[in-house]
Amino acid sequence: MIQPQQSSDFGSAVANCRKDFPALRQTVNGHPLTYLDSAASSQQPTVVIDAVARYQCEDHSNVHRGVHTLSARATDAYEAARDKLCGFINAASRSEIVLTSGTTESVNLVAQSFCRPRMGPGDQVLITHLEHHSNIVPWQIVCEQTGAELVVAPIDDAGQVELEPLFELMTERVMILAIGHVSNALGTINPLRQIIDQAQRQDIPVLVDGAQGVPHLVIDVQELGCDFYAFSGHKMFGPTGTGVLYGRESLLDAMPPYQGGGDMILEVSFDGTVFNDLPHKFEAGTPNISGVIGHGAAVDYLQAIGMQSIHDYEMALHAYMVSELRKTDGIRLIGTADNQASVQSFMLNDIHPHDLGTILDQQGVAIRTGHHCAMPVMERFGLPGTARASLGLYNNRDDIDRLIPALEKARRIFG
Amino acid sequence: MTQAAMQDAELQDLYRELILDHARSPRNFGRLDNPTHAAEGINPLCGDKLKLYLRVGADKRVSEICFEGSGCAISVASASLLTEAIANLSVTEAEAVFEAVTARLTHGSAVIENEKLNALDGVRKYPLRVKCATLAWHALHAALSNQAAPAKTE
Repeated sequence: MIQPQQSSDFGSAVANCRKDFPALRQTVNGHPLTYLDSAASSQQPTVVIDAVARYQCEDHSNVHRGVHTLSARATDAYEAARDKLCGFINAASRSEIVLTSGTTESVNLVAQSFCRPRMGPGDQVLITHLEHHSNIVPWQIVCEQTGAELVVAPIDDAGQVELEPLFELMTERVMILAIGHVSNALGTINPLRQIIDQAQRQDIPVLVDGAQGVPHLVIDVQELGCDFYAFSGHKMFGPTGTGVLYGRESLLDAMPPYQGGGDMILEVSFDGTVFNDLPHKFEAGTPNISGVIGHGAAVDYLQAIGMQSIHDYEMALHAYMVSELRKTDGIRLIGTADNQASVQSFMLNDIHPHDLGTILDQQGVAIRTGHHCAMPVMERFGLPGTARASLGLYNNRDDIDRLIPALEKARRIFG
Repeated sequence: MTQAAMQDAELQDLYRELILDHARSPRNFGRLDNPTHAAEGINPLCGDKLKLYLRVGADKRVSEICFEGSGCAISVASASLLTEAIANLSVTEAEAVFEAVTARLTHGSAVIENEKLNALDGVRKYPLRVKCATLAWHALHAALSNQAAPAKTE
């Protein structure tokens, strides 16, 4: 567990990065914007916006196709982004970086290309009660298609996966374990090393939904030992419609393509088609070129600051937010795991989260309210939804100091 | 008036005492056995879920009406106010109130001739919340026209 740095502004270079985000320099409903919804989608720094704009203005062309200059520039920039993403998660090879439209597509790709051909009645897919809908529904679909069964490991009252029951569920029937790195609803950081070690002892492949891991943590897929790691650009200060599926090369190699089309082939005739090499085999059609280039720029931006510094800063700010929330009358924290990212769900008395969201918005405070695409988590806590404040590297103490009075006002209105 | 004071006034207009009262203590809350008409209303955005039950007699009047479910203050208060406003109306009159309320809240185009229902008017300044206020009304319409699928506000 990393200890927060001690200083009034948490003594970090991270504290100065707010100025890099133009969207944060605005007022909303007459108040300075207090953006506490980065877990839904994070804002983009100028370097990302500029990288996308520069590509659109100067380099736009299709990739992997033309022999002309613009096509070469577009291809170079696109493939350079892949290299950056490869380095960001420390994958062993760029062949293991499949560019997708986001975490959701990455998970669906594994469900359909890895699991579907190998699964049948009697087999199981193991997930946990903490998962986001995008790490539940693709598995339900493939279970429906193959006759396999979806098995769910329980969580405790703090919002932590219960390890013993999880390990007991890891039987030879399990064809894949799909688990989030960080819970989007509750912020819980799963002890992945321990979980993956256990899965490996049982020869169970592991997919990690890393959508909420990448903005907060140092990711090293080789050190984690996972077989697949899925994440999105727009949760890590990049554009929407971008994402990555990391997959172990030997597994990706053996998998059939997910979709057919241009770019994923070497040779097509009506008698048959020779598929392209990794990772292009899984990238059919013209990709989101500008988005991928922006995603690469986001990696540069994060690496210049350093993920460890970001994590330390966020942990200190999260601790401050939690202590201020605890001091606020009527607040009940939902999700109190020992190891938590800078995401906090809570309730204020019996005020419905949507009413809270409206009242906070009137004061320029943007939070997420509702079920957070994790209805089973809400059901586990017997709630229709929660209010969730999530912190990114650009948040600071002022944001928390505006959140608390905004909550107090909501409490007064509902008196 | 300063902007902050105006926002306070708008918030107070949205969360009027009558709305808060109906949200805290919804009227006609519960289930009706063997209803002649029933429908569910679901707001996928926020997970609000209401079920509306009606008994319509041979005279085509709503003799009993109640609802159950959970939602935000606006959707629960709106459902509660709906049950009070619709009880004892004829089916045709009930449909007319549905038309008036939804037109008023979505386009501001109609006039609601019911003082209590006018308490919902504050929602018009909050486009994202209009769906909360109209959820129960769409369920009413679905119930009266015997639609099998849950009413949605999307």
